[in-house]
Amino acid sequence: MTIGGPSVEIRDVTKSFSHHSTRALLKSRIAGWFRRPQGGRFYALRNVSCAVEAGQSLAIVGPNGAGKSTLLTLAAGISFPDRGTIVTRGSIAALLELGSGFHPDLTGRENVRLNASLLGLTRRETMARFDSIVEFSELGEFIDEPLRTYSTGMVMRLAFAVAVNVDPDILIIDEVFAVGDRQFQAKCIRKILDFRNAGKTLLCVSHSAAVLEQLCDRALWLERGETVMSGDLREVLDAYHSSAQERARAVK
Amino acid sequence: MHYRNYGFLLSNLILKDFKIRYRNMSLGILWSLVNPLVMMGVLTFVFTRLFANNQIPHFAVFVLCALVPFNFFTVSWATATTSLLENQALIKRVRFPREIIPVSSVLANCLHFLIQIALLLTFVLGFGYAVNPNWLWLPVVWGLEVVFVCGLAMATSALDVYLRDMRYVVESANVLMFWLVPIFYSFEIIPPQYRLVYQLNPVSAVVLACRNILLEAKAPPSSLLIKLFLVSFLSLGLGTLIFRGLRRGFADLV
Repeated sequence: MTIGGPSVEIRDVTKSFSHHSTRALLKSRIAGWFRRPQGGRFYALRNVSCAVEAGQSLAIVGPNGAGKSTLLTLAAGISFPDRGTIVTRGSIAALLELGSGFHPDLTGRENVRLNASLLGLTRRETMARFDSIVEFSELGEFIDEPLRTYSTGMVMRLAFAVAVNVDPDILIIDEVFAVGDRQFQAKCIRKILDFRNAGKTLLCVSHSAAVLEQLCDRALWLERGETVMSGDLREVLDAYHSSAQERARAVK
Repeated sequence: MHYRNYGFLLSNLILKDFKIRYRNMSLGILWSLVNPLVMMGVLTFVFTRLFANNQIPHFAVFVLCALVPFNFFTVSWATATTSLLENQALIKRVRFPREIIPVSSVLANCLHFLIQIALLLTFVLGFGYAVNPNWLWLPVVWGLEVVFVCGLAMATSALDVYLRDMRYVVESANVLMFWLVPIFYSFEIIPPQYRLVYQLNPVSAVVLACRNILLEAKAPPSSLLIKLFLVSFLSLGLGTLIFRGLRRGFADLV
Protein backbone atom coordinates (compact mmCIF):
# COMPACT_ATOMS: atom_id res chain seq x y z
CA MET A 1 0.00 0.00 0.00
CA THR A 2 2.86 2.36 0.79
CA ILE A 3 4.07 4.11 -2.33
CA GLY A 4 7.44 5.85 -2.43
CA GLY A 5 7.88 9.09 -0.52
CA PRO A 6 8.12 10.21 3.08
CA SER A 7 5.77 8.79 5.73
CA VAL A 8 4.68 12.26 6.73
CA GLU A 9 4.93 15.20 4.36
CA ILE A 10 3.83 18.64 5.52
CA ARG A 11 4.02 21.28 2.81
CA ASP A 12 3.65 25.00 3.45
CA VAL A 13 0.91 24.58 6.02
CA THR A 14 -0.93 27.52 7.61
CA LYS A 15 -3.53 27.13 10.32
CA SER A 16 -5.48 29.89 12.02
CA PHE A 17 -8.24 30.05 14.61
CA SER A 18 -10.91 32.67 15.01
CA HIS A 19 -10.78 34.54 18.31
CA HIS A 20 -14.54 34.27 18.56
CA SER A 21 -15.00 30.61 17.77
CA THR A 22 -16.51 29.92 21.18
CA ARG A 23 -19.41 32.29 20.61
CA ALA A 24 -21.33 29.83 18.50
CA LEU A 25 -24.74 31.16 19.38
CA LEU A 26 -27.48 32.15 17.03
CA LYS A 27 -27.43 35.71 18.39
CA SER A 28 -23.79 36.31 17.48
CA ARG A 29 -24.24 34.63 14.10
CA ILE A 30 -27.08 36.94 13.20
CA ALA A 31 -25.18 39.93 14.54
CA GLY A 32 -22.28 38.79 12.36
CA TRP A 33 -24.33 39.30 9.21
CA PHE A 34 -24.70 42.99 9.93
CA ARG A 35 -21.29 43.76 11.38
CA ARG A 36 -17.92 43.45 9.77
CA PRO A 37 -15.86 40.57 11.13
CA GLN A 38 -14.09 41.58 14.31
CA GLY A 39 -11.18 40.38 16.35
CA GLY A 40 -9.24 38.91 13.48
CA ARG A 41 -7.55 35.55 13.53
CA PHE A 42 -4.84 33.92 15.54
CA TYR A 43 -2.23 32.15 13.46
CA ALA A 44 -1.12 28.93 15.15
CA LEU A 45 1.07 27.92 12.20
CA ARG A 46 2.43 29.90 9.25
CA ASN A 47 3.96 28.28 6.17
CA VAL A 48 5.45 25.32 8.02
CA SER A 49 6.99 22.50 6.01
CA CYS A 50 8.70 19.28 7.01
CA ALA A 51 9.03 15.69 5.87
CA VAL A 52 9.69 12.55 7.88
CA GLU A 53 10.95 9.49 6.03
CA ALA A 54 9.84 6.01 7.05
CA GLY A 55 11.95 4.85 9.98
CA GLN A 56 12.92 8.37 10.97
CA SER A 57 11.76 10.15 14.07
CA LEU A 58 11.18 13.85 14.34
CA ALA A 59 11.06 15.90 17.53
CA ILE A 60 9.10 19.14 17.53
CA VAL A 61 10.44 21.66 20.03
CA GLY A 62 9.56 25.19 21.00
CA PRO A 63 8.09 27.23 23.85
CA ASN A 64 4.43 27.04 24.90
CA GLY A 65 2.12 28.36 22.21
CA ALA A 66 4.61 27.71 19.41
CA GLY A 67 2.12 25.54 17.48
CA LYS A 68 3.62 22.15 18.31
CA SER A 69 0.36 20.48 19.31
CA THR A 70 -1.51 22.10 16.43
CA LEU A 71 1.02 20.60 14.03
CA LEU A 72 0.48 17.17 15.58
CA THR A 73 -3.33 17.37 15.32
CA LEU A 74 -2.94 18.33 11.65
CA ALA A 75 -0.52 15.46 10.98
CA ALA A 76 -2.90 13.09 12.75
CA GLY A 77 -5.76 14.14 10.47
CA ILE A 78 -7.88 15.38 13.38
CA SER A 79 -8.02 18.99 12.27
CA PHE A 80 -7.39 20.52 8.85
CA PRO A 81 -5.11 23.34 7.61
CA ASP A 82 -6.29 26.61 6.05
CA ARG A 83 -3.65 26.33 3.36
CA GLY A 84 -0.98 23.82 2.41
CA THR A 85 -1.06 20.04 2.17
CA ILE A 86 -0.42 17.13 4.48
CA VAL A 87 0.29 13.70 3.07
CA THR A 88 0.72 10.64 5.26
CA ARG A 89 1.55 7.12 4.13
CA GLY A 90 0.60 4.22 6.40
CA SER A 91 -1.60 3.76 9.44
CA ILE A 92 -1.43 6.43 12.13
CA ALA A 93 -1.98 6.32 15.86
CA ALA A 94 -1.98 9.62 17.68
CA LEU A 95 -1.39 9.70 21.43
CA LEU A 96 -2.32 13.29 21.99
CA GLU A 97 -3.77 12.36 25.33
CA LEU A 98 -3.61 9.13 27.30
CA GLY A 99 -6.76 7.15 27.95
CA SER A 100 -9.09 8.80 25.43
CA GLY A 101 -12.62 7.70 26.17
CA PHE A 102 -11.74 6.21 29.57
CA HIS A 103 -14.74 6.19 31.86
CA PRO A 104 -14.52 5.80 35.66
CA ASP A 105 -17.57 3.52 35.91
CA LEU A 106 -16.25 0.96 33.44
CA THR A 107 -13.79 -1.73 34.50
CA GLY A 108 -10.19 -1.72 33.35
CA ARG A 109 -11.03 -4.49 30.89
CA GLU A 110 -13.95 -2.55 29.38
CA ASN A 111 -11.86 0.61 29.14
CA VAL A 112 -9.08 -1.25 27.35
CA ARG A 113 -11.52 -2.51 24.73
CA LEU A 114 -13.03 0.93 24.20
CA ASN A 115 -9.71 2.76 24.12
CA ALA A 116 -8.15 0.19 21.78
CA SER A 117 -11.06 0.47 19.37
CA LEU A 118 -10.79 4.27 19.44
CA LEU A 119 -7.11 3.96 18.54
CA GLY A 120 -8.16 1.89 15.54
CA LEU A 121 -7.81 -1.74 16.62
CA THR A 122 -10.36 -4.31 15.47
CA ARG A 123 -12.00 -6.80 17.81
CA ARG A 124 -9.59 -9.56 16.80
CA GLU A 125 -6.49 -7.39 17.23
CA THR A 126 -7.68 -6.27 20.66
CA MET A 127 -8.29 -9.85 21.79
CA ALA A 128 -4.87 -10.90 20.53
CA ARG A 129 -3.08 -8.09 22.37
CA PHE A 130 -5.20 -8.02 25.50
CA ASP A 131 -2.88 -10.17 27.64
CA SER A 132 0.22 -8.21 26.71
CA ILE A 133 -1.63 -4.96 27.47
CA VAL A 134 -2.57 -6.18 30.96
CA GLU A 135 0.93 -7.52 31.53
CA PHE A 136 2.51 -4.24 30.44
CA SER A 137 0.22 -2.25 32.73
CA GLU A 138 1.21 -4.42 35.75
CA LEU A 139 -2.37 -4.15 37.03
CA GLY A 140 -2.99 -7.87 37.53
CA GLU A 141 -6.27 -8.60 39.31
CA PHE A 142 -7.34 -4.93 39.26
CA ILE A 143 -8.19 -5.22 35.56
CA ASP A 144 -11.76 -6.24 36.45
CA GLU A 145 -12.31 -3.43 38.95
CA PRO A 146 -13.96 -0.13 37.94
CA LEU A 147 -11.51 2.57 36.95
CA ARG A 148 -12.65 4.91 39.73
CA THR A 149 -10.98 2.58 42.26
CA TYR A 150 -7.58 3.07 40.55
CA SER A 151 -4.87 5.49 41.58
CA THR A 152 -3.85 8.12 39.01
CA GLY A 153 -0.65 6.21 38.35
CA MET A 154 -2.60 3.02 37.65
CA VAL A 155 -4.91 4.76 35.16
CA MET A 156 -1.92 6.24 33.35
CA ARG A 157 -0.14 2.88 33.24
CA LEU A 158 -3.20 1.24 31.73
CA ALA A 159 -3.61 4.03 29.17
CA PHE A 160 0.02 3.80 28.13
CA ALA A 161 -0.15 0.01 27.95
CA VAL A 162 -2.95 0.22 25.39
CA ALA A 163 -1.22 2.97 23.45
CA VAL A 164 2.10 1.18 23.03
CA ASN A 165 0.35 -1.98 21.92
CA VAL A 166 -1.47 -0.35 19.00
CA ASP A 167 1.50 -0.78 16.66
CA PRO A 168 0.77 1.66 13.80
CA ASP A 169 3.11 2.63 10.92
CA ILE A 170 3.27 6.22 12.20
CA LEU A 171 3.14 7.09 15.89
CA ILE A 172 2.39 10.64 16.98
CA ILE A 173 3.08 11.45 20.63
CA ASP A 174 2.31 14.66 22.49
CA GLU A 175 4.10 14.93 25.84
CA VAL A 176 2.65 11.83 27.41
CA PHE A 177 5.81 10.42 28.98
CA ALA A 178 5.24 11.69 32.49
CA VAL A 179 3.72 8.35 33.38
CA GLY A 180 4.13 6.36 36.55
CA ASP A 181 7.43 5.91 38.34
CA ARG A 182 10.87 6.08 36.80
CA GLN A 183 11.01 2.35 36.21
CA PHE A 184 7.71 2.39 34.29
CA GLN A 185 8.83 5.41 32.26
CA ALA A 186 11.99 3.57 31.24
CA LYS A 187 9.84 0.64 30.15
CA CYS A 188 7.68 2.93 27.98
CA ILE A 189 10.72 4.48 26.33
CA ARG A 190 12.14 1.01 25.63
CA LYS A 191 8.86 0.01 24.01
CA ILE A 192 8.91 3.06 21.74
CA LEU A 193 12.55 2.38 20.84
CA ASP A 194 11.56 -1.15 19.78
CA PHE A 195 8.88 0.40 17.64
CA ARG A 196 11.42 2.73 16.01
CA ASN A 197 13.87 -0.07 15.44
CA ALA A 198 11.13 -1.95 13.60
CA GLY A 199 11.34 0.78 10.93
CA LYS A 200 8.27 2.74 12.00
CA THR A 201 7.96 6.53 11.94
CA LEU A 202 7.70 8.72 15.01
CA LEU A 203 6.55 12.31 15.52
CA CYS A 204 7.07 13.52 19.02
CA VAL A 205 6.58 16.59 21.21
CA SER A 206 8.27 16.73 24.60
CA HIS A 207 9.83 19.33 26.84
CA SER A 208 12.30 16.77 28.13
CA ALA A 209 15.54 16.90 26.17
CA ALA A 210 16.57 13.58 27.73
CA VAL A 211 13.50 11.86 26.30
CA LEU A 212 13.96 13.42 22.87
CA GLU A 213 17.63 12.46 22.74
CA GLN A 214 16.73 8.84 23.34
CA LEU A 215 13.90 8.71 20.81
CA CYS A 216 14.54 11.12 17.97
CA ASP A 217 17.17 11.81 15.34
CA ARG A 218 15.81 14.98 13.75
CA ALA A 219 14.09 18.06 15.10
CA LEU A 220 11.90 20.96 14.05
CA TRP A 221 12.02 24.13 16.14
CA LEU A 222 8.86 26.25 16.05
CA GLU A 223 8.29 29.67 17.55
CA ARG A 224 4.96 31.55 17.27
CA GLY A 225 3.86 29.24 14.50
CA GLU A 226 6.94 29.71 12.34
CA THR A 227 9.88 27.46 11.64
CA VAL A 228 13.08 28.70 13.27
CA MET A 229 15.30 25.78 12.42
CA SER A 230 15.06 22.19 11.33
CA GLY A 231 17.65 19.46 10.95
CA ASP A 232 19.78 17.19 13.10
CA LEU A 233 18.37 16.79 16.61
CA ARG A 234 21.61 17.65 18.44
CA GLU A 235 22.17 20.87 16.50
CA VAL A 236 18.57 22.06 16.78
CA LEU A 237 18.40 21.29 20.52
CA ASP A 238 21.70 23.13 21.16
CA ALA A 239 20.51 26.19 19.26
CA TYR A 240 17.10 26.07 20.95
CA HIS A 241 18.53 25.78 24.45
CA SER A 242 21.11 28.53 23.99
CA SER A 243 18.41 30.86 22.65
CA ALA A 244 16.20 30.01 25.64
CA GLN A 245 19.09 30.78 28.01
CA GLU A 246 19.79 34.07 26.25
CA ARG A 247 16.19 35.07 26.63
CA ALA A 248 16.23 34.11 30.31
CA ARG A 249 19.32 36.30 30.79
CA ALA A 250 17.69 39.18 28.91
CA VAL A 251 14.71 39.02 31.29
CA LYS A 252 17.03 39.37 34.29
CA MET B 1 -6.74 4.31 1.50
CA HIS B 2 -6.72 2.10 4.52
CA TYR B 3 -9.98 0.36 5.02
CA ARG B 4 -10.84 -0.32 8.62
CA ASN B 5 -13.71 -2.09 10.23
CA TYR B 6 -15.32 0.31 12.65
CA GLY B 7 -17.94 -2.17 13.88
CA PHE B 8 -15.92 -2.88 17.01
CA LEU B 9 -15.67 0.81 17.87
CA LEU B 10 -19.37 1.32 17.20
CA SER B 11 -20.38 -1.61 19.40
CA ASN B 12 -18.05 -0.47 22.20
CA LEU B 13 -19.50 3.03 22.18
CA ILE B 14 -23.06 1.68 22.27
CA LEU B 15 -22.24 -0.66 25.15
CA LYS B 16 -20.43 2.09 27.04
CA ASP B 17 -23.46 4.34 26.86
CA PHE B 18 -25.77 1.59 28.01
CA LYS B 19 -23.57 0.31 30.84
CA ILE B 20 -22.85 3.74 32.26
CA ARG B 21 -26.50 4.65 32.32
CA TYR B 22 -27.55 1.57 34.22
CA ARG B 23 -24.60 0.53 36.33
CA ASN B 24 -25.38 2.99 39.10
CA MET B 25 -29.13 2.51 39.21
CA SER B 26 -30.69 -0.04 41.49
CA LEU B 27 -33.74 -0.50 39.25
CA GLY B 28 -31.54 -0.72 36.17
CA ILE B 29 -33.34 -1.55 32.98
CA LEU B 30 -36.78 -1.22 34.58
CA TRP B 31 -36.37 2.55 34.24
CA SER B 32 -36.92 2.17 30.50
CA LEU B 33 -40.42 0.95 31.30
CA VAL B 34 -41.44 3.63 33.76
CA ASN B 35 -41.82 6.52 31.33
CA PRO B 36 -44.11 4.85 28.77
CA LEU B 37 -46.20 3.24 31.52
CA VAL B 38 -46.75 6.53 33.35
CA MET B 39 -47.56 8.38 30.13
CA MET B 40 -49.93 5.62 29.10
CA GLY B 41 -51.71 5.82 32.47
CA VAL B 42 -52.06 9.60 32.38
CA LEU B 43 -53.25 9.80 28.78
CA THR B 44 -55.70 6.96 29.32
CA PHE B 45 -57.09 8.76 32.40
CA VAL B 46 -57.43 12.08 30.54
CA PHE B 47 -59.04 10.66 27.41
CA THR B 48 -61.29 8.03 28.91
CA ARG B 49 -62.32 9.81 32.13
CA LEU B 50 -62.10 13.56 31.39
CA PHE B 51 -62.69 13.74 27.63
CA ALA B 52 -64.59 10.50 27.48
CA ASN B 53 -66.05 10.93 24.02
CA ASN B 54 -63.78 8.77 21.93
CA GLN B 55 -64.90 5.45 20.49
CA ILE B 56 -61.47 3.86 20.57
CA PRO B 57 -61.45 0.38 22.11
CA HIS B 58 -58.60 -0.55 24.49
CA PHE B 59 -57.40 3.03 24.67
CA ALA B 60 -54.37 2.16 26.83
CA VAL B 61 -52.82 -0.13 24.25
CA PHE B 62 -53.86 2.23 21.43
CA VAL B 63 -51.82 4.97 23.12
CA LEU B 64 -48.90 2.69 23.91
CA CYS B 65 -48.59 1.76 20.20
CA ALA B 66 -47.76 5.42 19.61
CA LEU B 67 -45.81 6.21 22.78
CA VAL B 68 -43.13 3.57 22.20
CA PRO B 69 -42.00 4.76 18.73
CA PHE B 70 -42.59 8.40 19.73
CA ASN B 71 -40.44 8.08 22.87
CA PHE B 72 -37.65 6.48 20.92
CA PHE B 73 -37.79 9.31 18.40
CA THR B 74 -37.70 12.20 20.86
CA VAL B 75 -35.12 10.77 23.26
CA SER B 76 -32.70 9.53 20.63
CA TRP B 77 -32.97 12.67 18.53
CA ALA B 78 -32.38 14.97 21.51
CA THR B 79 -29.44 12.99 22.95
CA ALA B 80 -27.79 12.52 19.56
CA THR B 81 -28.06 16.24 18.79
CA THR B 82 -25.72 17.11 21.67
CA SER B 83 -23.55 14.01 21.24
CA LEU B 84 -20.70 15.69 19.34
CA LEU B 85 -20.24 18.39 21.96
CA GLU B 86 -20.49 15.86 24.76
CA ASN B 87 -17.68 13.86 23.19
CA GLN B 88 -15.45 16.85 22.52
CA ALA B 89 -12.48 15.22 24.24
CA LEU B 90 -12.59 12.42 21.67
CA ILE B 91 -13.15 14.74 18.73
CA LYS B 92 -10.20 16.91 19.65
CA ARG B 93 -7.82 14.05 20.39
CA VAL B 94 -8.67 10.94 18.40
CA ARG B 95 -9.04 10.26 14.72
CA PHE B 96 -12.01 8.15 13.71
CA PRO B 97 -15.02 8.74 11.44
CA ARG B 98 -17.07 11.38 13.26
CA GLU B 99 -20.36 9.93 12.01
CA ILE B 100 -19.89 7.17 14.57
CA ILE B 101 -20.71 9.55 17.44
CA PRO B 102 -24.31 10.55 16.59
CA VAL B 103 -25.06 7.14 15.06
CA SER B 104 -23.86 5.26 18.17
CA SER B 105 -25.93 7.61 20.31
CA VAL B 106 -29.07 6.71 18.34
CA LEU B 107 -28.23 3.00 18.35
CA ALA B 108 -27.61 3.03 22.11
CA ASN B 109 -31.19 4.25 22.46
CA CYS B 110 -32.30 1.29 20.34
CA LEU B 111 -31.60 -0.94 23.32
CA HIS B 112 -34.18 0.99 25.35
CA PHE B 113 -36.45 0.92 22.34
CA LEU B 114 -36.26 -2.90 22.28
CA ILE B 115 -37.18 -3.09 25.96
CA GLN B 116 -40.16 -0.81 25.37
CA ILE B 117 -41.16 -2.89 22.34
CA ALA B 118 -41.22 -5.94 24.60
CA LEU B 119 -43.51 -4.01 26.94
CA LEU B 120 -45.77 -3.00 24.03
CA LEU B 121 -46.06 -6.55 22.71
CA THR B 122 -46.86 -7.82 26.20
CA PHE B 123 -49.71 -5.31 26.47
CA VAL B 124 -50.99 -6.12 22.97
CA LEU B 125 -51.17 -9.83 23.82
CA GLY B 126 -52.54 -9.08 27.29
CA PHE B 127 -55.44 -7.13 25.78
CA GLY B 128 -56.35 -10.21 23.72
CA TYR B 129 -54.88 -9.33 20.32
CA ALA B 130 -53.31 -12.34 18.64
CA VAL B 131 -49.97 -12.75 16.90
CA ASN B 132 -50.49 -12.51 13.15
CA PRO B 133 -48.20 -12.88 10.11
CA ASN B 134 -48.24 -9.11 9.57
CA TRP B 135 -46.03 -8.79 12.66
CA LEU B 136 -43.20 -9.45 10.21
CA TRP B 137 -43.69 -5.85 9.07
CA LEU B 138 -42.83 -4.54 12.55
CA PRO B 139 -39.03 -4.81 12.28
CA VAL B 140 -39.18 -3.15 8.84
CA VAL B 141 -41.23 -0.22 10.11
CA TRP B 142 -39.16 0.28 13.27
CA GLY B 143 -35.95 -0.15 11.29
CA LEU B 144 -37.01 2.66 8.95
CA GLU B 145 -37.65 4.86 11.97
CA VAL B 146 -34.06 4.22 13.14
CA VAL B 147 -32.79 5.18 9.66
CA PHE B 148 -34.87 8.37 9.79
CA VAL B 149 -33.55 9.37 13.23
CA CYS B 150 -29.93 8.64 12.24
CA GLY B 151 -30.22 11.03 9.28
CA LEU B 152 -31.91 13.72 11.34
CA ALA B 153 -29.40 13.31 14.18
CA MET B 154 -26.40 13.65 11.86
CA ALA B 155 -27.75 16.94 10.55
CA THR B 156 -28.69 18.44 13.92
CA SER B 157 -25.60 17.21 15.79
CA ALA B 158 -23.33 18.78 13.16
CA LEU B 159 -25.33 22.02 13.24
CA ASP B 160 -25.20 22.04 17.05
CA VAL B 161 -21.40 22.38 16.86
CA TYR B 162 -21.78 25.61 14.89
CA LEU B 163 -24.96 26.89 16.53
CA ARG B 164 -25.37 25.85 20.14
CA ASP B 165 -29.04 26.83 20.01
CA MET B 166 -29.76 23.78 17.90
CA ARG B 167 -30.60 21.67 20.96
CA TYR B 168 -33.40 24.06 21.93
CA VAL B 169 -34.79 23.92 18.42
CA VAL B 170 -34.87 20.14 18.73
CA GLU B 171 -36.50 20.27 22.17
CA SER B 172 -39.24 22.56 20.87
CA ALA B 173 -39.76 20.41 17.80
CA ASN B 174 -40.21 17.39 20.07
CA VAL B 175 -42.90 19.17 22.07
CA LEU B 176 -44.74 20.05 18.88
CA MET B 177 -44.41 16.49 17.65
CA PHE B 178 -46.36 15.22 20.64
CA TRP B 179 -49.41 17.05 19.27
CA LEU B 180 -48.71 16.49 15.57
CA VAL B 181 -48.27 12.74 15.82
CA PRO B 182 -51.51 10.82 16.29
CA ILE B 183 -50.69 9.60 19.79
CA PHE B 184 -54.00 10.09 21.61
CA TYR B 185 -56.21 10.48 18.55
CA SER B 186 -56.81 8.27 15.57
CA PHE B 187 -56.03 8.85 11.91
CA GLU B 188 -59.75 8.77 11.06
CA ILE B 189 -60.49 12.12 12.73
CA ILE B 190 -57.86 13.94 10.65
CA PRO B 191 -59.52 15.95 7.84
CA PRO B 192 -58.55 14.51 4.42
CA GLN B 193 -56.67 17.64 3.31
CA TYR B 194 -54.13 17.16 6.17
CA ARG B 195 -53.66 13.42 5.87
CA LEU B 196 -50.78 13.61 3.42
CA VAL B 197 -48.72 15.59 5.95
CA TYR B 198 -49.29 12.87 8.54
CA GLN B 199 -48.26 10.16 6.11
CA LEU B 200 -45.10 12.02 5.14
CA ASN B 201 -44.03 12.46 8.76
CA PRO B 202 -42.12 9.24 9.44
CA VAL B 203 -42.93 9.25 13.16
CA SER B 204 -46.67 9.37 12.58
CA ALA B 205 -46.33 6.94 9.67
CA VAL B 206 -44.66 4.46 12.06
CA VAL B 207 -47.47 4.97 14.59
CA LEU B 208 -50.15 4.39 11.96
CA ALA B 209 -48.36 1.29 10.67
CA CYS B 210 -47.99 -0.11 14.21
CA ARG B 211 -51.73 0.25 14.80
CA ASN B 212 -52.52 -1.40 11.46
CA ILE B 213 -50.32 -4.34 12.30
CA LEU B 214 -50.95 -4.82 16.03
CA LEU B 215 -54.55 -3.69 16.52
CA GLU B 216 -56.17 -4.27 13.13
CA ALA B 217 -54.14 -7.36 12.17
CA LYS B 218 -53.53 -6.10 8.67
CA ALA B 219 -50.50 -5.01 6.67
CA PRO B 220 -49.89 -1.25 6.49
CA PRO B 221 -51.01 0.21 3.12
CA SER B 222 -48.17 0.09 0.61
CA SER B 223 -48.61 3.80 -0.14
CA LEU B 224 -47.77 4.52 3.53
CA LEU B 225 -44.77 2.16 3.51
CA ILE B 226 -43.37 3.72 0.35
CA LYS B 227 -43.61 7.21 1.83
CA LEU B 228 -41.99 6.05 5.07
CA PHE B 229 -39.19 4.39 3.11
CA LEU B 230 -38.54 7.40 0.88
CA VAL B 231 -38.60 10.04 3.61
CA SER B 232 -36.39 7.93 5.92
CA PHE B 233 -33.70 7.43 3.31
CA LEU B 234 -33.99 11.03 2.13
CA SER B 235 -33.29 12.03 5.74
CA LEU B 236 -30.27 9.71 5.89
CA GLY B 237 -28.92 11.05 2.61
CA LEU B 238 -29.39 14.72 3.47
CA GLY B 239 -28.12 14.18 7.03
CA THR B 240 -24.95 12.55 5.69
CA LEU B 241 -24.41 15.38 3.21
CA ILE B 242 -24.83 18.08 5.87
CA PHE B 243 -22.56 16.18 8.27
CA ARG B 244 -19.83 15.73 5.65
CA GLY B 245 -20.06 19.38 4.69
CA LEU B 246 -19.54 20.53 8.26
CA ARG B 247 -17.22 17.94 9.82
CA ARG B 248 -13.90 19.54 8.87
CA GLY B 249 -14.39 22.22 11.49
CA PHE B 250 -15.48 19.91 14.34
CA ALA B 251 -12.07 19.55 16.03
CA ASP B 252 -11.60 23.34 16.05
CA LEU B 253 -15.09 24.29 17.24
CA VAL B 254 -16.31 21.71 19.76
